[in-house]
Amino acid sequence: MTIPTDAAVKLECRSVWKLFGHHAASVYRVSGGQLSDAQLNEHQLIAGVRDVSLKVHEGESFVIMGLSGSGKSTLVRCMSRLIEPTGGEIVFNGENLLAASDKRMIEVRRHQMGMVFQHLALLPQLSVLANVAFPLEIQGIDRARRERRARELIELVGLGGREAFFPRELSGGQQQRVGIARSLSVEPELWFLDEPFSALDPLIRREMQDEFIRLQSVLRKTIVFITHDFDEAIRLADRIAIMKDGRVVQIGTPEEIVLRPADPYVAAFTHNVAKAKVVRTSALMRPHDGRSTSGRVPATATIAQAAPLFGPEAGALEVVDAAGAIVGLIEREQVVTVLLEG
Amino acid sequence: MALADTTQIARRRLSGGGWWVAWLIAGAAFVALWWFGSGWPVDYPKAAQVPAMRVVGDAMKWLVNEASFGIFSFVDLTRFIAALIEVPYWISSSLLATGLMTTAGSAGVQIFPPVSWIALIGVLGLAGYWAAGWRLAALVVALMAFIALFGQWTAAMVTLASIVIAVPLGVILGLLLGVLSYRAPLVERVITPLLDLMQTVPVFAYLVPVLFLFGFGPTAAIVATIIYAMPPMTRLTVHALRSVPAEIDELGRMVGATPRQRMWRVMIPAAMPGLMIGANQVIMLSLNIVIIASMIGAGGLGFEVLGALRRLDFGVGLEAGFAIVALAIVLDRLSQAVATKLQFQPHRGEDRRSLIARHPYLVASIVLALGCGLLSLVEAGFQTFPAAGQLSTGSFWAELIAWINVNFFTQLEAFKDFLLLNLLIPLKRLLLSLPWLGVVGLVALAGLQLGGWRLMLLTGGLSFLIAATGQWEKAMTTVYLCGIAVAVAALIGIPIGILAAEKRRLWPAVQAMIDTLQTLPSFVYLMPVVMLFRVGDFTAILAVVLYALAPAIRYTAHGLMQVDPTLIEAGRAAGTTRWQLLTKVKLKLAFPEIMLGLNQTIMLALSMLVITALVGTRDLGQEVYIALAKADTGRGIVAGLAIAFIAIIADRLISAGARRTKARLGLK
Ligand SMILES: Nc1ncnc2c1ncn2[C@@H]1O[C@H](COP(=O)(O)OP(=O)(O)O)[C@@H](O)[C@H]1O
Ligand SMILES: [Mg+2]
Repeated sequence: MTIPTDAAVKLECRSVWKLFGHHAASVYRVSGGQLSDAQLNEHQLIAGVRDVSLKVHEGESFVIMGLSGSGKSTLVRCMSRLIEPTGGEIVFNGENLLAASDKRMIEVRRHQMGMVFQHLALLPQLSVLANVAFPLEIQGIDRARRERRARELIELVGLGGREAFFPRELSGGQQQRVGIARSLSVEPELWFLDEPFSALDPLIRREMQDEFIRLQSVLRKTIVFITHDFDEAIRLADRIAIMKDGRVVQIGTPEEIVLRPADPYVAAFTHNVAKAKVVRTSALMRPHDGRSTSGRVPATATIAQAAPLFGPEAGALEVVDAAGAIVGLIEREQVVTVLLEG
Repeated sequence: MALADTTQIARRRLSGGGWWVAWLIAGAAFVALWWFGSGWPVDYPKAAQVPAMRVVGDAMKWLVNEASFGIFSFVDLTRFIAALIEVPYWISSSLLATGLMTTAGSAGVQIFPPVSWIALIGVLGLAGYWAAGWRLAALVVALMAFIALFGQWTAAMVTLASIVIAVPLGVILGLLLGVLSYRAPLVERVITPLLDLMQTVPVFAYLVPVLFLFGFGPTAAIVATIIYAMPPMTRLTVHALRSVPAEIDELGRMVGATPRQRMWRVMIPAAMPGLMIGANQVIMLSLNIVIIASMIGAGGLGFEVLGALRRLDFGVGLEAGFAIVALAIVLDRLSQAVATKLQFQPHRGEDRRSLIARHPYLVASIVLALGCGLLSLVEAGFQTFPAAGQLSTGSFWAELIAWINVNFFTQLEAFKDFLLLNLLIPLKRLLLSLPWLGVVGLVALAGLQLGGWRLMLLTGGLSFLIAATGQWEKAMTTVYLCGIAVAVAALIGIPIGILAAEKRRLWPAVQAMIDTLQTLPSFVYLMPVVMLFRVGDFTAILAVVLYALAPAIRYTAHGLMQVDPTLIEAGRAAGTTRWQLLTKVKLKLAFPEIMLGLNQTIMLALSMLVITALVGTRDLGQEVYIALAKADTGRGIVAGLAIAFIAIIADRLISAGARRTKARLGLK
């Protein structure tokens, strides 16, 4: 996956706040949008989301990572207004959603958003086919059309042949595939996934992540993906936002976060990550000084991928961009240092 | 954390000590008032009584005679509703019981007979097979055959005809009210106390107004049944909707469902298991009240039991009673299975097969009904179960009871007199001598301790109202009867519950027994005790104990079986004996649940007390019953409300106590 550098902004959060508790709205209004821990305590408010600003670009896989209770679910629900933010702005395709009418929100959610839930939220009384077709049924699309679309999606997520099963007859991984297919049935522009794989066994989780990468390479959706698993975040993200106590403490590409964690909290996550598998050559390369090199490596390759390309005595490799133009070089010692860091 | 814990414990100790002192002072004041007091704090002054009966009676008269919406009167409205219910009832009753008649009533001539008994059993069996396989089919056929065999068929069909109207109406109304309360908190706040009253005011109390408004006959009985059977549906609907996982509701919103779609396409289907429990409650309660309903013209099995009670024909009463139980089981199991089956209909594409291939069960049912109809023209046995084949255990029971009476009369009398003289009468005297003001004070103090000042206002206020409306003495008699019955039921029920929980093998048998105890109509219990002990307080208490025993057993066993196994492991690891484990760990943890069981026992006891008024108690129940006989709305409603108040006070106090204990034990 590559980082869409100057793609259009699909979704933007501007100083979004969500406070839980009595009189949250009035306390927030009086404070003028800035509340300290002490003030929150005094008014017995719980801050789900605190002053979050971020941009999600078109076609980007944006992962929100944080420990349980850090406000990820609350934030993602603010983005679709499933939870009404206490303050701030949610701008979707240039439109401030917080100013949209109920009717407009129904339209937006029907046609432009899809969501996968942590605990699946499959409707037990509906078959796999009917579950996947459900969002279309709600829109009043006729049976033949919605079922045709549902069958395509069931095929896409690899559940072909199980259309007539009921959710309870499927394994956890299969159930989540149904959830994924259902969320895609309306061809959403913006795809929310709230810890979709957290409830699954580690092996199945890995398999589902691969499946997800495959899907995304076909679909190229704009994605907001929630997880509490840093490894999962690194595997799937173009960019990661790390949350703590309702705040976003760092936003960056996986390698930015691994190379330069903003604070000890973030560093604790990156500590155990094999940097060589995250850091790309483009992040370490130096300007080409004209010396002789023993080969070429793409700028998008990770250090782990670049290491075997060094010959027995070569000191450096040329780094090339997607078009094949030389953009810099990378030296053996740099690679060895990263590899030794684990 | 540790600091917070210790301060909390300290605070609790302090408040515990505080309550101790408060109770001591209150107790002393109470005793002083009791011994030395006289005048108004002891006997509520007549002059200060609220003329509640007259007010209610006048209000009723106004409703019946004058209330009007301009173009039509209130009674026009209720009669219109009655007429609306009359239509489906006419259909169900023609189909099942009377057949198609030229004119209503006994003067009519039958044009077309009702469904033959063989056909109906066959159709119900087919429905059972379609919905859940041969086991259910066999159960349904066996139970319905039992009804036919004991000669209860015709009566059962009359009952069934009104039940199949009352139950769906109750379920739908209850569901709609539940949805409304779930959506609008304001509606819920208004409806909840109404539901409390509907569930605690004895049916007898509102039979008279229902009669005035809806007229004598099956429709009035259906209305009374719905009032009585609907509240749990509403409560369970709200509860089931609240228990739907938040993500499911979010899914509904996320796919852009409109509010209506969210409710009916997402929430209601997801809440189905809870709603089915509600429907089950409606069925059970509807059958519970068929006997009372028969007093205002419902006829059927209830009428049989009532007649048997008047004649003291225990055998017939028992058989009709069991027929009601059989009907309840059939309706319950069948409706649950059919609802499940319908809900999980597998997806079908276009079906081009023939009608028979598509709907084999429907076709078979119609063929069966028509076939039996035609055959019955030739052989009457197809139409009605041949009298020659009927069984009855009536003479057996009569002889058994006669034998007991002949051989053990003196012992039974001695037993009864002993208890009366040494326990019942002294206790009654004691309770009746208590000063009303003191009792109100203590009840209020208990409310304050268990639930705070709101509960204090409620319990104190309601008990004051009982005194202020002139119901105090009757109410204390009710408390005395109910108290003894509940104590005895607890003494018998809790040990049985413990035994069933400790020896799991016994549980299925015990469960079947208490299920039957609870569905068997309360009237049935009256007969044997009346035959053995004749009328009076003792008999009433015995009947109440029998009827109210089931929840004491059930909740005790449930509570014990639900104790967290890891805690039991921990206890074992600590080397407790079996007895210590039971008393120190399990019973302690199950205590809140047992309290709730006791609460249910009290509720059932109060509802049964009204019925035991038939055997001559002198409490609120009798008051309600007299009012029914005299068609005195005011008197009946006021006494009925007093019973409801006692029930509500007991319920709130016990629930609050159980909640506190639960919180203290760290069970959520
Ligand atoms: N409805 C609510 N009422 C009160 N507090 C809430 C509510 N929902 C979430 N919270 C609180 O907000 C914080 C963030 O919760 P959540 O967004 O669910 O975290 P995450 O998804 O990262 O685990 C938590 O402290 C949680 O207790
Ligand atoms: Mg979460």
